[in-house]
Amino acid sequence: MFEETELIARNKRIQGLYRTLLMMVTILLVLPVLVILATLVYKGGSIISMEFLFTDPVDGMTAGGIFPALFGTVWLVTLALLISVPLGVAAAIYLSEYAANNWFTRLINLAIINLAGVPSIVHALFGVGAFVIFFKFGTSILAASMTLAIMTLPVVIVATKESLQSVPYAFREACWNMGATRWQTVRRIVLPNAVSGILTGVILEVSRTTGETAPIMFTGAAFFLPFLPESIFDQTMALSLHLFVVATQVPGVPDALPYGVALVLISMVLLMNSLSIAFRIYLRNQKKW
Amino acid sequence: MIMEQNNYAICTQNLNLWYGSFQALFDVNLNIKEGLITSMIGPSGCGKSTYLRSVNRINERLGYVRIDGSVHVFGHNIYDPAVELVQVRKKIGMVFQRPNPLPISIRDNVLFGHRIHNKGQKFSKPEMEEILEDALRQVLLWDKVKDHLDKKATELSLEEQQKLCIARLLPVRPKILLMDEPCSALDPKGTAAVEELLWDLHGEYTVLIVTHNMSQARRASEECIFMLHGKVMEHNATEDLFVTPKMKETADYIEGRYG
Repeated sequence: MFEETELIARNKRIQGLYRTLLMMVTILLVLPVLVILATLVYKGGSIISMEFLFTDPVDGMTAGGIFPALFGTVWLVTLALLISVPLGVAAAIYLSEYAANNWFTRLINLAIINLAGVPSIVHALFGVGAFVIFFKFGTSILAASMTLAIMTLPVVIVATKESLQSVPYAFREACWNMGATRWQTVRRIVLPNAVSGILTGVILEVSRTTGETAPIMFTGAAFFLPFLPESIFDQTMALSLHLFVVATQVPGVPDALPYGVALVLISMVLLMNSLSIAFRIYLRNQKKW
Repeated sequence: MIMEQNNYAICTQNLNLWYGSFQALFDVNLNIKEGLITSMIGPSGCGKSTYLRSVNRINERLGYVRIDGSVHVFGHNIYDPAVELVQVRKKIGMVFQRPNPLPISIRDNVLFGHRIHNKGQKFSKPEMEEILEDALRQVLLWDKVKDHLDKKATELSLEEQQKLCIARLLPVRPKILLMDEPCSALDPKGTAAVEELLWDLHGEYTVLIVTHNMSQARRASEECIFMLHGKVMEHNATEDLFVTPKMKETADYIEGRYG
């Protein structure tokens, strides 16, 4: 009564086959990441030291450390987020909590999605035209950060909007029915419950922004600058551009150097991503509904 | 006519309501008496929830709702442009089908409405505690939760959550409580507890309760309204409506011949 039949055996073989196939494909996808990391550690790991991280490059960038570039990247990314996060969160709150569902709102949403699809080199040219030339910021940290901010804005808006909308509608109804205004509802209930999602989105943007090269190339990042910037109107070195430079533009660079720079860059990104995941898990455990 | 509006807690005249091109209410004329518990029964989609939701104007959030006719609450037309929506919501509290406590502590849930309506005024701690205790006592929840008021409200059982949802309306001093199938997510024990609570609130508040459960309407209300296809079929003292229904449709429904 319960024994295996010919048909069942065949179905089980097919099911096993597909399972193996799907697993192989998945492993194949993870493989490149592992290979990249392994290569970087293998070829560049030897150069990483405190000295490498915290000294200036010397001998036409063929020796020494990467401190100005590391410092510049931290500056650029921080400033970019200080600009894009408040703007993006405000826009998302408007779109999610206030805007009526009409053609105008749909147009804005469409524009945001399209903005997210604009290639980074086009953002760079916009940055040159708008911030460097029109607003007369010159090629500076400010101009570069603003360009990065424009680029990250759509992602911040979309991530924030999604986390706002994942807060159950019933909470809003409950507030409104006690006579709370929209703003009281947003401020006291919706926003506190959306913070984990917003932060996750922001931190993921940090890692993406860290790696961007094109938007800062013409707007504020310098090829080589043997001293640290003194204000946001100075130019600065940046890790991503530095990697491009030492890998392709400078003769006589020891093999390990570009791999070392790449390793630092990717470690920063991975660190940020892990932080974001840890933080999300922490906040998710905080809320119960 | 004016006299009539003043004598009732809720007085609706020729209320028609459309969702887009679909008409959900047809010439609804209802006078709900102050201090009584009035239940609304009828098959799904008959418009009873829609009626409830037009009494505190929560329907109009959906952009495609159109309303015609008038709703007077204690003699005031709540659809008058001069009426402040926040005041309407303050005076007319609503309890939903699924308990929806806010994801904050029990204490903060109860004091939420009080806080937002008394912004800037300082209340001493004992005053706040008194408001908290009063509200929770009224819904028969105080003894159960008094030792863990800082626990998250979402950790309570469904029955306790629903009682809390009623409790948090009280510090705002509403006159009318609208309840949209408040027991449908509860087990029989929870249902009995909420019904007991209804009788406790009776007199002080005007309660309008939508229910699918006919024995509940019979047990827990003084007047009963039967609706069908967006129209009021019958409105009578509960006992009379169940024992000697005037309309054939009412009789059919309470005997279980409609969905």
